[in-house]
Amino acid sequence: MPFNPQAVLIVAAILFVLGLVGVLTRKNIIFILVSVEIMLNAAGLAFVAAGARWGQPDGQVMFLFILAMAASEVSVGLALVMQTHRQHKTLDVQELRELRDKTEEYSSI
Amino acid sequence: MNNLLALIPALPLAGFLILSLTGRHLPKSIIAGIGAGSVSAAALITIFIGMQFLQSPPTGNAYTQTLWQWMQTENFSAGIDLRMDALTLVFVFIITFVGALIHIYSTAFMRHDRDYARFFASMNLFVCSMLLLVMADNLVLMYLGWEGVGLCSFLLIGFWYETPANVAAANKAFYITRIGDTAMAIGLFLLFRELGTLNIPEIMTQAPAHFQPGASNVTWIALLLLAGGMGKSAQLPLQTWLPDAMAGPSPVSALIHAATMVTAGVYLIARMHVVFQLSPVAMAATAAIGAITLFVAGCSAMAQTDIKRILAYSTISQIGYMFLALGVGAWSAGIFHFFTHAFFKALLFLAAGAVIESLHHEHNIFRMGGLKDRMPVVFWTFLAGAAALAALPLISAGFYSKDQILWYAWSAQNGNPMLWLVAIAGALITAFYTTRLMIVVFWGDMKTHIGERPGKAMTIPLMILAVLSIVAGFIEWPHNLVHLSLFSDLVQRYLPETLLQEGHPPEIIFQLVAAAVTLLGVYAGYVLYYKNTSILEQWKASPAMLSLRNFFYKGWGFDDLYDTVFVRPFYFLTRINKSDVFDLLNKGIATTSQRLNEWFSFSQNGSLRWYVVGVLIGIIFVLGLQIWG
Amino acid sequence: MNVLFYLSSAIAIAATIMVITRYKPIHALLYLVVSFMAVAMIFLSLGAPFVAVLEIILYAGAIIVLMIFVVMMLNLGSETAQQEKEWLLPKVWLGPSILSLVLLGEIIYLLLRSGTGNASFIFIDSKKVALSLYGEYIIAVELTGFLLMAGIVGAAHIGKHKKKHLHRFLQEEEVSTKIEVRSTKPEDEKQTKPVAYKP
Repeated sequence: MPFNPQAVLIVAAILFVLGLVGVLTRKNIIFILVSVEIMLNAAGLAFVAAGARWGQPDGQVMFLFILAMAASEVSVGLALVMQTHRQHKTLDVQELRELRDKTEEYSSI
Repeated sequence: MNNLLALIPALPLAGFLILSLTGRHLPKSIIAGIGAGSVSAAALITIFIGMQFLQSPPTGNAYTQTLWQWMQTENFSAGIDLRMDALTLVFVFIITFVGALIHIYSTAFMRHDRDYARFFASMNLFVCSMLLLVMADNLVLMYLGWEGVGLCSFLLIGFWYETPANVAAANKAFYITRIGDTAMAIGLFLLFRELGTLNIPEIMTQAPAHFQPGASNVTWIALLLLAGGMGKSAQLPLQTWLPDAMAGPSPVSALIHAATMVTAGVYLIARMHVVFQLSPVAMAATAAIGAITLFVAGCSAMAQTDIKRILAYSTISQIGYMFLALGVGAWSAGIFHFFTHAFFKALLFLAAGAVIESLHHEHNIFRMGGLKDRMPVVFWTFLAGAAALAALPLISAGFYSKDQILWYAWSAQNGNPMLWLVAIAGALITAFYTTRLMIVVFWGDMKTHIGERPGKAMTIPLMILAVLSIVAGFIEWPHNLVHLSLFSDLVQRYLPETLLQEGHPPEIIFQLVAAAVTLLGVYAGYVLYYKNTSILEQWKASPAMLSLRNFFYKGWGFDDLYDTVFVRPFYFLTRINKSDVFDLLNKGIATTSQRLNEWFSFSQNGSLRWYVVGVLIGIIFVLGLQIWG
Repeated sequence: MNVLFYLSSAIAIAATIMVITRYKPIHALLYLVVSFMAVAMIFLSLGAPFVAVLEIILYAGAIIVLMIFVVMMLNLGSETAQQEKEWLLPKVWLGPSILSLVLLGEIIYLLLRSGTGNASFIFIDSKKVALSLYGEYIIAVELTGFLLMAGIVGAAHIGKHKKKHLHRFLQEEEVSTKIEVRSTKPEDEKQTKPVAYKP
C-alpha cells in the first residue's frame, strides 16, 4: 500500500501547533494542561509515523514512553492544580507570579 | 666552608621570621637576644670564613654555594646561588660586623619603644636583604636584595608612623629610589638582551668579547646601572631623599643610611666594573656625578642645624668621593673609603643618637653645647669619628682613604685636575663643617639639661667603632710612606688594578696639600665658631650671606626645583582631569550591566505564557536558520 | 487506506481546534476524546494497531477521565465558562496565534523541502513491539517504572489536603516558640518536657 510520510508529519505538526496555541492563549491551568497533552500526542504521532516509514518498532516504543510520561505528568499536574485552586482560589496563570524578579521591591527597602 | 656561606643571610632571616611571627608575645630581653644575636652570629661566621679566605685562597678566588634553582626557562635561569669573593667579603664583613654593633646599641637605644619586636624584625630583614644583595651570584637575585633593602629602608624610616612627616619622608625615599631602581631594571633587561645571561661571572668573561669599547649599547647599559646606583646611593640628582630619611631612629640612620644600604650603588658599580670599563662615557659620568655631589652636599652640610641632617649631607658627600674614585678608575680606593666610612659614619650617627636621647630628643645643635665634660665617653668617641670624617692627617682612618682618592682624582687614568680641585674644595668644606659640629655641640655653655645617660650597651659599640675609626686606615698606607697595602691586595683579587697617568706630579705634594687644606678647614671652623664669633654675627647681618646660607640650608633648593618641575605640573594635570576620563570606562561597564539588568529583569515577570513565547521565538529562529542558513 | 487517513486527520484537526476554543472545560475534554480517537484511527491506518489501542485506553480512557474528575471536584461550571469568555479576547490570542502559524509554516516548508515522496507501507504488529520493548529498551522500561512511581508519590503528596502551608523550618520555629511560652508557666512543665517536636 502506498503511504506518504510527509502528510502524516504535517498532520502531527498541525496538531502540535494547535496545542501550542492553546498553551499560549488560554489562561486557565486546566486548558494549558490539556494543550500540553495535545502537543505530547502530536509528538507521539510523529514517532509512530517515522517508525512506520522505516518499518521499525522503535517509533511505537517511543510512543509508549511518551504515554507513560504524559500519564505521570498529568497526575502530578492535576494535583498541583487542585492545590493551587485551594490556596489561591484561582486557576489564572497570570495570577501565579511568585517567581518573578523582585529587584524593585528589594531596592526600595 | 662553602656550606657555611648560606648561614650568613639565613641567620638574620630566621631572626626576622621568629620576631615577626611571635614577637608580640616575647619579652624584650628575648627579642633583643634574637635580634642582636642572629646578626652577631652571622658576623662571627663571616670572620671565620674571612680568616679561611685570607689564609688559603680558594680556587677562582671565590667560595660559591648553590642553594636551589629559582626560575628556569628555555634560555634563562636564575638560581639562589651565593658567591663570596674578595669584594663581597669586604661588604659582608661591614654589614655583619657593624650591623652587629648597631644591633647591640639598639637593644639599649630602643628599650622604651612599644614596637621593640617590629624594629628588630625589620632590622634583621634588612641585614638579610643586604647580604643577599652583596652575595648574589646573579643579577636577578641581587635585584631581589636590592628591592628588599629598599623596602626595609621604607619600613624603618617610617618606623614612628604616628607622625605624618615621618611617613612622608618614608614615601619620598621610596619614590625617589624607585626612579633609580626602574632605570637599573631596564639596564638589566638590556644586559640580558645583549649577553643572554645575568650570571655575574659569565658577564665578567663574556662582556669584553661581546662589546666594542665605547659602543652605544654598553654605554647605555652602564649609564642605566649608574642611575640605579645614584638612586640608592643618594647621588645628584636623586639625593633629596636621604636628608629626610633621618626621620627614622638613629640606629637605622647609622646602619642603613650611612654604613651599608646607601653604598649599594658603590657595590653595584664595582661589581659591574667590566661593563663600566668598556664605556669611557659612563666612567666620566660617574666621576663627574661624584665630584658635583660631594661639593653640593658638603655646602649644604655647612648650613644645617639638625645634627642628623648634617651627618646625612656629609654621607652624601662621602659617597660622592667613592663615586669619584670609581669613576677615575681607582677601584680599590673607592672600596677602601667605603670601608673606613662605614666605621666612622656609623660611629657618628650612634654617638649623635646617644646625644639626642640624652637631651630629650633635641636635634638642633645650637640648643646643645657644653657636653664635653658631662658626657666624656660620647665626646671622645664622637671626636674620633669627626677626626676621621675631617680626614685629620695620619691619626685617622679617613685620612688614608680620602688621601688616596684625592691623589687618584688627579693622577689615575681617568683623573684630571678639575676633579681634584672639586675634591680638595670638598675636603676643605668637610673639615670646616665637622669642626663646626664638634665645637657647637661639645664646647660652649650647656643649653639643655641632660636626662638619661647612655648605658654600657650603647657606649661599648661606640668605643669599638671609635678604635676602628682610628686604626682601620693602618692596613693601607700611601705608597711613598710605608709599603703596606693589605686592603688593595685583597680587593684586587676581584677588582682591576688602578692605572696611573704618565707624568703626574709626585704624591707627596698632594698629601701635603690635602693635610694643609684639612687643617685650614679645621682652623676656619675654630676661628668662626669659637675664637672670634663676631665675624659670624657680621655675616648674619648681611643679606647676601643670609640668602646664601638659606640656599645651602635648603640643600641647594633641589626640593623646590623638583616641586616646580614635577609635582606642580602633576597636580595641575590631576586638577584638569578631576572627573577622571579613564574612570568613565570603568564606570561605563558598571552602568551598562546595571541598565541591562533592569531591562532583562522586565522579562523575568513570572508569567508562564511570556516564557513560552520566548521559547517559541527561539524555535522559530533556529528553524529559520535551517531554512535560510 | 488513504481515504481513512485523510478523513481521520481532518476529524483530529477539527476536534483539536474545538478543544482549544471551548469556554467550558468539560466540553473541551469531550472534544479531546474525539481528537484522541481520530489519532488512534491514524495509527491504525499507519499499520500500528497496538498503539492505536493504547491511545484509546490510556489517553482517551485514563487521562481524560482523570481530568474530568478534577473538573468535577473543582466544580468548574458556567461561572468558569463566563470567565473564559472574558479572557479569550482577540488581543490575547491574535499575537501568539500568528507566531505559531509562522512556526507551522517553517515546519511544513522544511518537511516538504526534504520530502522523499511515497514510501512502502510496513505492518508492525504488537509482537515486534514487545520484543523490542523487553529486549533493547529494557532499561528504559525500568526507568519508566520509576517515573510512574515518582508521579504517583508526588501526586499523592502534593494533593494532600493541608490547612496551612508552611515550610518545615518555619513550622519548627513556631512550635519551639510555643514550647517556650508554655515552659514559662511552672505548672505545665511536667507535660511539656517530654514533648518533642514531630514534623
